Amino acid sequence: MSRLLTAVATTFVLLGLWQGYVQVSGIEPFLLPGPIAVIETLIARHELILRHLGTTAQEIVLGLLIGTTLGVAAAILIHAIPAARRIGLPLLVISQAVPVFALAPLLVLWLGYGLWSKVAMAVLIIFFPVTTAFLDGLRRTEPGMLDLASIMSATLPPFRRTVALMLHVRIPAALPALASGLRVATGVAPIGAVVGEWVGSSAGLGYLMLHANGRMQIDLLFAALFVLALFSVLLWLSVDALLRRALPWQPDSFAR
Amino acid sequence: MGVPPGTSPEASADEGFGLALRDLSVAYGARTILRDLSLDVPAGSTTCLLGPSGIGKSTLLRRVAGLIDGPGTVQATDGQPLAGRVALMGQGDGLLPWLNALDNVLLGSRLRGERADRDRGLAMLARVGLAEAAESRPATLSGGMRQRVALARTLMEDCPLVLMDEPFSAVDALTRLRLQDLAAEMLAGRTVLMVTHDPWEAIRISHAITVMTGDPATISRTLEPGGQTPRAIDTDSARDHWRQLMEALGEMA
Repeated sequence: MSRLLTAVATTFVLLGLWQGYVQVSGIEPFLLPGPIAVIETLIARHELILRHLGTTAQEIVLGLLIGTTLGVAAAILIHAIPAARRIGLPLLVISQAVPVFALAPLLVLWLGYGLWSKVAMAVLIIFFPVTTAFLDGLRRTEPGMLDLASIMSATLPPFRRTVALMLHVRIPAALPALASGLRVATGVAPIGAVVGEWVGSSAGLGYLMLHANGRMQIDLLFAALFVLALFSVLLWLSVDALLRRALPWQPDSFAR
Repeated sequence: MGVPPGTSPEASADEGFGLALRDLSVAYGARTILRDLSLDVPAGSTTCLLGPSGIGKSTLLRRVAGLIDGPGTVQATDGQPLAGRVALMGQGDGLLPWLNALDNVLLGSRLRGERADRDRGLAMLARVGLAEAAESRPATLSGGMRQRVALARTLMEDCPLVLMDEPFSAVDALTRLRLQDLAAEMLAGRTVLMVTHDPWEAIRISHAITVMTGDPATISRTLEPGGQTPRAIDTDSARDHWRQLMEALGEMA
């Protein structure tokens, strides 16, 4: 409860400083509107903002689902198949070395102005943290567990034995690492979607922000930015809570 | 104790078998851990490999279990392959933290895609005194309880050969004594090869004690204390065995 109070108090102090600066300095509202003006816009134009949020949220969630699925599959393939390792690992690093910002216009060109070019952007940005985190987890299985499971499954044919060890030991043991990757992915997924919207779109919070900026509606830009940030934080907190609940055996503590 | 001569392999397969280790060598890179090590492990009794830490005891066990390859042969005295007839109890409990105690006990059947016999699993937990803890995750159990779950899991596998790698080294002295008694009772009649660095542990629960010394490690001495296990350690003969073992261990210096 005291944590919540601290957060609320901090927010109000910061907003107060912001409003105070705007009043005292007399800065033009098209350069920096005060928080009160932003809140007024937020209320007045909430339908518009929520409609665009719907588009962006859809892109982010679809990107997360597809990116996670692809990342998990890639990590398992790279771990299990030597050929996939030789080809997949360099590709994985290259996929991250090329900035998504540079790829955004291409993706829009190939996939169009609609939803899928933004989903693809989010997938590209999510894929790397999910794959590397899960792959690390798969590689770090405790040798004692593997020895034991290998001996227990010694009578199985080699392929079934590999699958059994993967399903019953390696994958569950790597889930906490996957969860770390997912937390990073959830944090950066909105970047992919919004960058995609900036490059070319007709809907979404990124589009709305760019549009408002071009028309000097900076209060609307701030309102959209605020909603985007709030959505990202809530999404992250939900994913974090979900992961915590899904992995109850994982030790979990902060410094005291 | 041993398989009587003339018994057919089919009849003896379920009865238990001994091990014949011949000329085992293991090297990690340039470092030779074991060179030409040979040892006979008699059927139906507990053989202890005693040696200082880092001498290659665990390596030898992993070689016997088929977890690593190398020159030399590991053969069952009944001539049948070892796969599927070996259970391992390692240094750590090796429990999977996401499974409860019962599911850990049933891990072997899950891995092999067999139907898990929950009733038998519960019975095994009851035999090690942990019937109540069946639904508990390892993190909520004490070190001694976790080792007992590991013992129940080993018994659940019901293998004639059991390999133990310092299974009780991570628990306190009193718990260790209790676990040794429990293990000696539960594993009676099986062929057990156990490695340990603790001479008292070896004296308490083994029928034959083999001392490993040197680098690369070789067998320097074998001692057969005789009598029933678990053995009392406050007797003159136990102290005499202890002295002999310490001498044998000291020869490497």
